[in-house]
Amino acid sequence: MAEYRGVAVYAEHKNDKLAAIAKEGLGVGRKLADALGQELYAVVVGSGVSDIAKQAIAAGAQKVYIIDDPLLKDYQTDAYLSVLEKFVKQVNPRVLILGQDDIGRDLAPRLAFRLDTSVTMDCVELDIDADSKRLLATKPIYGGNALCVFVSETDPHIVTIRTKSMEPLETDDSRTGEIVNIEAGLDASALRTALIDRVVEEVAGIKIEDAATVIAGGRGIGSAEGFKQLEELAGLFKGAVGASRPACDNNWAPDTAQVGLTGKIIAPELYVAVAISGSSQHMSGCSGAKTIVAINKDKEANIFRHARFGVVGDWKKVVPAFTARVKELLAP
Amino acid sequence: MNIIVCVKQVIDPEAPPSSFKVDAASNRAEMRGVPPVVDPYGEYAVEGALKLKEAAGGKITVLSLGVSLLREVVKKPLAMGADELVLLEDEVYADADSYTTAAALAAAIKKLGSYDLILCGREASDTNAGQTGGGIAEILGLPCVTLARKLEVVDGKLRVERVTSTGYEVVETPLPAVVTVSNEIGEPRYPTIKGIMAAKKIELVVWKSADIGIQAGGQRAKVNRMYQPVHEGKCEFVEGETLEEAAADLAGKLREAKIL
Repeated sequence: MAEYRGVAVYAEHKNDKLAAIAKEGLGVGRKLADALGQELYAVVVGSGVSDIAKQAIAAGAQKVYIIDDPLLKDYQTDAYLSVLEKFVKQVNPRVLILGQDDIGRDLAPRLAFRLDTSVTMDCVELDIDADSKRLLATKPIYGGNALCVFVSETDPHIVTIRTKSMEPLETDDSRTGEIVNIEAGLDASALRTALIDRVVEEVAGIKIEDAATVIAGGRGIGSAEGFKQLEELAGLFKGAVGASRPACDNNWAPDTAQVGLTGKIIAPELYVAVAISGSSQHMSGCSGAKTIVAINKDKEANIFRHARFGVVGDWKKVVPAFTARVKELLAP
Repeated sequence: MNIIVCVKQVIDPEAPPSSFKVDAASNRAEMRGVPPVVDPYGEYAVEGALKLKEAAGGKITVLSLGVSLLREVVKKPLAMGADELVLLEDEVYADADSYTTAAALAAAIKKLGSYDLILCGREASDTNAGQTGGGIAEILGLPCVTLARKLEVVDGKLRVERVTSTGYEVVETPLPAVVTVSNEIGEPRYPTIKGIMAAKKIELVVWKSADIGIQAGGQRAKVNRMYQPVHEGKCEFVEGETLEEAAADLAGKLREAKIL
């Protein structure tokens, strides 16, 4: 049986830049590799990606495996699955880290089942057990009502990590590392699914992932018109508007504005939750905010357990008065 | 078109978090005083199947795996409009990990034999794992598309709109295939009275693990510990003579705290 050694990170990239989630993966990967006394690898998949390898080294990887092929230009499940399977079988890492995002959600479970091993999705903490030297993978379950620590019985232990839950290392261009190429060896006829189109629906203005202030509305807002009022408030803060899942399901806000376990995971300076009860699944998306302010008519609403400031009352009365006062305070 | 939908019974994720309790000794969770429900994510998969059936015709078979399945709960997809229900009910599944779950569902799907499409929720609201769909696809050697918000049959292939963080992708897959469905597919329909009456007449099929050749053990992941995170809950409630006054005062507090 193969000996599994080292910690590998899937080096996701976009527009010729190593993704933030990959840097976070390398950050926690470094900690795990140190605890194991083993090496930290990155694996780069794509077409024309040699510069990503250099960025991965600057972000902490000691050895970078590149799988570069025109067929890998865009993310396509069957193709990426095939080359990552090849990578794991050749390198035999003990741990493989991906991001809990569009790619990781799709790829990680498939890869684990293909390799007959286990995967823990959406981890918020990764540690090496001091005695057994096995990975302890902590993930929220029951929509965030509980945390569960998993240990894999098989190698490699594949994990995906939650956005912004792990610290990246400081980027250092003086770091050095080894680069190894792996042939993709893809057979185009074995790719079953085909990408027909990719549509960007992002709303104009600041993205909620990047905004320092997010004003979010929930089921209690009741209409698309209600969200217009939140937009005005968000504008004053130069922030963005977010929404809970019920609000998106009702089409009061675009799906790309959804904050929560199955939407965006954000960590703004200020999160104002308006008419949001604060279900665990929603809190999974915003609990990283520095300050949470809640406006809700139900004093017992779960959101107040997470908020630093709260107003109990009908948002239709509170929001206009709050908006007016904020406008006054921000006036030059 | 023969569609198989995998849906499970879960503790009610919409119940107030205050009723949620973990039993540390058994590593099991419950919602005290709240009855279980059909997994909301699975309901989106049922909704996706019903929309496809409306457009292209066919039969919907629901598979539910678990222990102590309440018949009035697991029959809900039938009341929504599904045609058949097969329960995979066995004590063996009490602590099933994603591997065991996917293996049992795949074995049951093989036993059912004829299918064009297998739908699952994007994840389950209890484990939040999101592995079952991909797992079934790998075990059965099928293509798989995750996070669907729209399904359409075009020239014998399935065209899927897949949700991404910035919008969506359009992906085409040959059939049979596995697709996981996201909430963007649209609110699941409520069962009608007619649907509820029709569901009562449908006879359930129950397969024990032995019926599909699944044995205890063989898990790939072990639970080391399960616990509830602690929230300090030190919210400062801003009050006033009127709500308007409280709201203005809230802005003042944010200024004082240098947040504004």
